[in-house]
Amino acid sequence: MALITERDRLREDVIAIAELTGFNRSSLIPILQEIKAKYGGIDSYAMQLIADVLDIHPVEVYGVATFYAFLRPETEGRFVFRLCRTLSCEFAGKDLVARQLREDLGLEFGETSPDGAFTLTWTNCLGMCDQGPAMLVNDRVYTQLTPAKVRTIVDEYRTLVEEQGVERVSERAR
Amino acid sequence: MSELIETEFPPKGDKTYSPKRRAPLSQLFEPLAEPESLDAIGATVTVTIDGIETKVPFGTTILQAAKSLGIRIPTLCYHPDLEVAGICRICVVEVEGQRTLQAACSYPITAPIRVNTYSKAVRVARRHILDLLLSEHCGDCYTCIRNGNCELQALAEEYGVDKFRFGHPEVPVPVDTSSYSVVRDMNKCIRCRRCVRTCIDLQEVGVLEAVERSNKVRITTFLDKPLLNVVCINCGQCINRCPTAALYATPALHTVWEALDDPTKHVVIQTAPSPRAGMGELFGLPPGTSVTGEMNTALRRIGFDRVFDTNFAADLTIIEEGTELILRLYKALALGDKDVALPQFTSCSPGWVKYLEHFYPEYIPNLSSAKSPQQMFGALIKTYYAEKMGLDPADIVSVALMPCSAKKFECNRPEMWSSGYKDVDFGLTTRELGKMFHQAGIHLPSLPKSDFDSPFGTATGSGLIFGVTGGVMESALRTVLELVTGRKVESIYEQGDVIPVRGFQGIRYAEINVPEVGPVPDIVKHLVPDWNWLKGATLKVAVAHGTANAKKVMEDIKAGGHFSECHFIEFMACPGGCLGGGGQPIPTNAEIRAARAKAIYSEEKTLSVRKSYENPAVQRMYAEFLTDGPCGHKSHQLLHTKYRARGKFIE
Amino acid sequence: MTVQTVIETRVKGLTFATIPAGEGLAKALAMPRGDIIDLISDSKLKGRGGAGFPTGLKWNLAAAEKRTPKYLICNADEGEPGTFKDRVILTDYADLVIEGMTIGARAIGAALGLIYLRAEYAYLKPHLEEVIEARRGQGLLGKNIGGVDGFDFDVVVGLGAGAYVCGEETALIESLEGFRGEPRNRPPFPVVSGFLHRPSVINNVETLAWVACILAKGAEWFKSSGTATSTGRKLFSISGDCARPGVYEFPFGITIAELLEEVGGENAKAVQVGGASGRCVPRSAFSRRIAFEDVPTGGSIIVIGPGRDMLEVAHNLLEFFVDESCGQCTPCRLGNAKLLEGVEMLMEGTCTSEYLHDLRALCNTMQVASKCGLGQTSSVAFCSILDSFGDEILGHAGRVR
Repeated sequence: MALITERDRLREDVIAIAELTGFNRSSLIPILQEIKAKYGGIDSYAMQLIADVLDIHPVEVYGVATFYAFLRPETEGRFVFRLCRTLSCEFAGKDLVARQLREDLGLEFGETSPDGAFTLTWTNCLGMCDQGPAMLVNDRVYTQLTPAKVRTIVDEYRTLVEEQGVERVSERAR
Repeated sequence: MSELIETEFPPKGDKTYSPKRRAPLSQLFEPLAEPESLDAIGATVTVTIDGIETKVPFGTTILQAAKSLGIRIPTLCYHPDLEVAGICRICVVEVEGQRTLQAACSYPITAPIRVNTYSKAVRVARRHILDLLLSEHCGDCYTCIRNGNCELQALAEEYGVDKFRFGHPEVPVPVDTSSYSVVRDMNKCIRCRRCVRTCIDLQEVGVLEAVERSNKVRITTFLDKPLLNVVCINCGQCINRCPTAALYATPALHTVWEALDDPTKHVVIQTAPSPRAGMGELFGLPPGTSVTGEMNTALRRIGFDRVFDTNFAADLTIIEEGTELILRLYKALALGDKDVALPQFTSCSPGWVKYLEHFYPEYIPNLSSAKSPQQMFGALIKTYYAEKMGLDPADIVSVALMPCSAKKFECNRPEMWSSGYKDVDFGLTTRELGKMFHQAGIHLPSLPKSDFDSPFGTATGSGLIFGVTGGVMESALRTVLELVTGRKVESIYEQGDVIPVRGFQGIRYAEINVPEVGPVPDIVKHLVPDWNWLKGATLKVAVAHGTANAKKVMEDIKAGGHFSECHFIEFMACPGGCLGGGGQPIPTNAEIRAARAKAIYSEEKTLSVRKSYENPAVQRMYAEFLTDGPCGHKSHQLLHTKYRARGKFIE
Repeated sequence: MTVQTVIETRVKGLTFATIPAGEGLAKALAMPRGDIIDLISDSKLKGRGGAGFPTGLKWNLAAAEKRTPKYLICNADEGEPGTFKDRVILTDYADLVIEGMTIGARAIGAALGLIYLRAEYAYLKPHLEEVIEARRGQGLLGKNIGGVDGFDFDVVVGLGAGAYVCGEETALIESLEGFRGEPRNRPPFPVVSGFLHRPSVINNVETLAWVACILAKGAEWFKSSGTATSTGRKLFSISGDCARPGVYEFPFGITIAELLEEVGGENAKAVQVGGASGRCVPRSAFSRRIAFEDVPTGGSIIVIGPGRDMLEVAHNLLEFFVDESCGQCTPCRLGNAKLLEGVEMLMEGTCTSEYLHDLRALCNTMQVASKCGLGQTSSVAFCSILDSFGDEILGHAGRVR
């Protein structure tokens, strides 16, 4: 009997999603979303595997993953902080919030913390323009941010990471 | 397109569903249903282009309509072999009543319209598009391999680009020279995505795709890996369709010149049939002008010591591959051996071979173990020829003129050292040799003709037609049919032209009956006792060209479809066969390929010997050198090879 | 968590709050299919996403197509900067939206509805699926809807993945099919060949909610507000430098000045109407009316206060487009980056007036030669800022050499 490797597990995951959404190209984005949510990134093997399951080319998976801001293949932290940089949030003072985030997370925009806990990144309009500055942390939205609020939010996520580690819990119901 | 449609979305648990369409629809143009007859009401539409009125079939694009009126609209992302993308926007024209300009390549005429192809708005827009493209096109024209044959350069000239309005990049990005066959220089890329559509749609290999978005878009391989490390089959079709020098064949001409300059080297060249049908295009001759004799003279003039005809080796290939087929059939049909791998696949096309190694490695046993003509010849030059001439094989430089970029990879395969030396030292493309001739001041069309050198001088028509899709099959059938039936093939097919396997249809299938059998000829007497087991049999053969078509056949075989019942299948990686190869002159399109095919077929008609086994040089080869006959020990050592299962997953 | 997710959008005067779901669909099911489209055509309802294509005409074209299955897609990829009214509608009135989809499906003969929800609104997906499930339970989705024999229609929610361009309807379809969100060549239009090559209607969230209302209240009711060509009322997303940002409903034809008074933005120096792809209207033009025939908008109003630097505004908007262009066609792929570069040169004072002239001309090329609406509109704001605030921009010391 062979050992069940990470790769086998990945294959099971991909096939499980495809069973729900269909073994066709339309399933590509849902699959990438699930794999990204579960593993934080989409590595070389995962892309080839998905291509194999959907009968497309790995480079096409790569092309799609790099097209969408939420599907970036590189591994991101367990919690991804996306701060809106669009006009209304800029008017509302996103620069100050950005500074606080950089300081509290100890990250520049575009960076992921070495422990795999946090990623800090810019995003475009979150549709929270009336309550800027706004940001998303994974699927959760925070509005009317102030430096003080940022500090509290970051502290809470740090506590969460200390308690639970950086392993992802599936946050999105299948 | 109807078979693509799912009635239910998402289709639940349907594992058999496989998307037929591989390229994004954004890069596809959906043609409108063609009217059944042009006389029907509404079948034609009136269009006025630059004041000239004409009627065109409903759904004709503005670009097609303009062409029919002799009006040229500039294009860059458009290529007649590929789906319409409509992304470079250089072909924009003004359609009366439309707020924006329209891309002529993708705009179907479905109602009477008036078009202006050179209004001020159009000219300004085109100039801006060129300015923008040049703002990321790094490099100078005079240091470029496509200087003089570049679509961007031509348009810049046409639109009078006199400055880099929006800047010009100074710092080049690294060039990917990892591959034996294809160089990728992204400094020159204009993101027209012709290569993407070639690789994904036309060839279905899927090496190149656009990644990232906006101004970060780049054309690249899986995870930006070097071309050598991905599933590239080296077919070079992307090269033939690249408008600039972003893709070109790995150059060998400098090293070939060095060899020619070196008096201690004995430099020989073998020339494949297709370059002779294409070379003329590099000297202003219309496509389909055969320049075989002139080329032989020119090759001697630039210093080659001997000029050989690859067709000789093609004849050998037919004997070896044909014998192998007979053996497989004998084991399967006469001895009832169920483990024989049938159908047998041809192995002349190195692009196809690598395609199979990557995508269908489980079918390697079906691949004929016979080497391609180039490599057979290479092995014989450094053994038989060296011996005969009293030369040290180490002093021989063996060059192969091929219409092909994958041949450059093939001669570098580690399996190809069966003479004890590198069997073929360099593969040269038609384009490269054309350049060498130009450098030597040779105007090919005005040269006298001359013949090939002995001892391989004569070749047959069978070898010649290897250059066209279906040619290997036709040659094999001519020889096999005569060997088996003992009758002249001319008594079966008029003039010996096996018409059923000819043509440009992507996949062709033919059945050949063997109503009677003759005595076993000497050449294969050591392998089969008699032909009785073939009497009344039906030989099922198929031909596929372009790997997208090969894929269809392979999928059918995998599913146990009717191609799995075939005995012999010819596969060519390139559309049209070798004459459409990745080393042939640029541009390429269906008409050019058809003209080259015509040149090959008409040259074949002039040859007296048209069946490989009748080639006296081949007969001498078996009598003097390969004395244990086709598929014998020595031929296995020199003329056959092994393949490797590469698979499609890469680390 | 002590910091709670805060979504407290101020909402004012929404008709949707007064119309219960159910009424519209009931009436639609009692009508012949053609009459539904006639009613919508009669109301002169135009697409609320911004482009303003007549909904009745779109449905008519799709209904005339013989090929099946047909799809009805709800465009919930609300990515235009400054707009969030669809978020509010989907949160509070999802029932109306799905009812509008069902009515549309009835009219054009669609078999399946898809809601393309932007990734940034992923938290709304469970809510939408609950609403869908509830409607299935009530027999308002699924087989034989409302007891009408043979009327089968269901709705699924597809999630976007963070690409503004997917709000363009053909890019949205590409994305649903699992491709890079790159717009297709048009024609053929989606009503002829859309999702999976089949006739597809793509309507904005708000449009579909209005459909349900029009069915419930009638075309005359709808036409009683708005202007002759821009009928009805419209939801506006108001943000920026004003006292009371939020989602407001106004009739078409309202002047910008009137609107600003309502939201407490009277002292604005300019208003960005229609989001990043819209135009920047200076104070001197505040008497202009918001309507498809005057200043069109998908509902995004960003108020720009007196202290704002207009070059910063242009910079922010162009940064957005440089990030969000799909990168397919040349004018948009490279043009936006050149414009952004130009704005940066202006900021540094290294832009010559000749180069500025070149950039202005480039804007025009981008507007006429780009493949899709994104490229055709991305330079509009920059141009209008140049036109209206040229003095401010050029007046800065050293901005133009």
